[in-house]
Amino acid sequence: MSEEDSFDALIVGAGIAGCVAGYLLAKEGLQVLVIERGNYAGTKNMTGGRLYTHSLEKVMPGFADQAPVERRVTHEKISFLTDDSAMTVDFQTGRASGPGETSYTVLRASFDKWLMEQAEAAGVQLVPGVRVDELLVKDGKVTGVKAGDEELEAKVVILADGVNSILAEKLGLTKRVAPHNVAVGAKELIELPQDVLEARFNLEGNEGLAWMFAGTPSAGRMGGGFIYTNKNTLSLGVVVGLEGIGDSPKSVPQMLEDFKEHPVVKPLIKDGKLIEYSGHVVPEGGLNMLPKLAADGVMIVGDAAGLCLNVGYTVRGMDLAVASAEAAALTVLEARKSGNYSEAGLAGYRRRLEESFVLKDLSLYKRLPAFLEGNPRMFTAYPKLMVGVMEDLFTIDGTPSLPLMKKMRKRIGDIGFMNLIKDGLAGVRSL
Amino acid sequence: MSTVNVDVKLGIDKFFVDEGNAHIILKENPDKKELKKLINGCPANLYKLRDDGSVQFDYAGCLECGTCRILCGSTILEKWEFPQGTMGIEYRYG
Repeated sequence: MSEEDSFDALIVGAGIAGCVAGYLLAKEGLQVLVIERGNYAGTKNMTGGRLYTHSLEKVMPGFADQAPVERRVTHEKISFLTDDSAMTVDFQTGRASGPGETSYTVLRASFDKWLMEQAEAAGVQLVPGVRVDELLVKDGKVTGVKAGDEELEAKVVILADGVNSILAEKLGLTKRVAPHNVAVGAKELIELPQDVLEARFNLEGNEGLAWMFAGTPSAGRMGGGFIYTNKNTLSLGVVVGLEGIGDSPKSVPQMLEDFKEHPVVKPLIKDGKLIEYSGHVVPEGGLNMLPKLAADGVMIVGDAAGLCLNVGYTVRGMDLAVASAEAAALTVLEARKSGNYSEAGLAGYRRRLEESFVLKDLSLYKRLPAFLEGNPRMFTAYPKLMVGVMEDLFTIDGTPSLPLMKKMRKRIGDIGFMNLIKDGLAGVRSL
Repeated sequence: MSTVNVDVKLGIDKFFVDEGNAHIILKENPDKKELKKLINGCPANLYKLRDDGSVQFDYAGCLECGTCRILCGSTILEKWEFPQGTMGIEYRYG
């Protein structure tokens, strides 16, 4: 293949980041090829999940009017669970949200397919059903990809191949993902008649709910449970940190099963029909697992670069994937002008991420993963404490009541005041 | 609490199984402590201990999440790669 008929950009993986990068580059007239191992964009992808729209809104204004989004999240709940009880924070606002403030529940098979259709309409060539086996490297520079016997060349390769980016690993851009930097998610998609779903979750029209659960869903390990309402389905699952998983008394699938049996959850899914079971690894290491973002002829975006941010009450990945794809695309356009696709020529990618919310937010929360990882109390003692205080508040059994402070002191005593202060300070500092 | 049966759940999913071409191979007589990580961590529950203590593993219901690779890729897994193009799980919803 001569220099002339090589592609301007070659993107591995048709997830959110791959589709958006392709879309932006094709729109500028570049010859872009996206290679996807699934039969169409989205078949290998899953999310909890919700899409915060701000970054996609920026590159595709008004996308949600056409895109297959499920529900606009208007209801937020966070619950702390023990085996049989729950203490829940419930937030709902009637305030109309601006376009960049909106978030939607989404299902990736349909959403990614739509996103790729936009990219194809802009001129992207999609090659589905092909696994990229290796990167072509000449004199230390990535020059293309190898799939089976076929070699394809490009001026630049963008790795959007997901959290287990074997290609980035082989190239030395990333290390093999370490258990302490990731969690595994298991999810059921449960179908309910739409009117039943809306009545159970107090939703009207297109309103939707995002609900996080801490405590017993992850069997006291780092992680939690979640429910997102889609149009006529629920995305229900658990996410559990992989570090030390061998010592867990329960398997991940069993945690999900038990979560469904919790008295708070069980009536919500009654008579629901399981229509899909899925699993995925979630990068959670934040800044600590950030790879070398670019090298000669190559950049790494989205989950492949570990760009996720779970701070407990918000879980983000797709909006970072979009923003990283935009930054990579702008960098390719810049490199094109100078004809310099070397590591130095692509240095603008990191700079753009540093100037955007992506690395600013990851830096802000850089202490959080270690804090949560090293502190099982967050997932055991504190949910118990909150539920315990609620029990004390609401239980009347005829024994003379104690002052509230005394009740609280007794509950906190179970954890230890010093631990509470220590965790409080460390927790606040990491947020 | 009822014991989970993931096989039933996987039965609902759409797979194109690459028969005769395993994309994951577990070593023979794997270290039990390592194996326990996979028994607990694999969301598809593909790693099992039978009642007689022997190991059961089938790649056919793999969700391609990479959990086993992350946990045991350098210990008790002989091979882990993504299935060939078009093969493996195909999420209809995701």
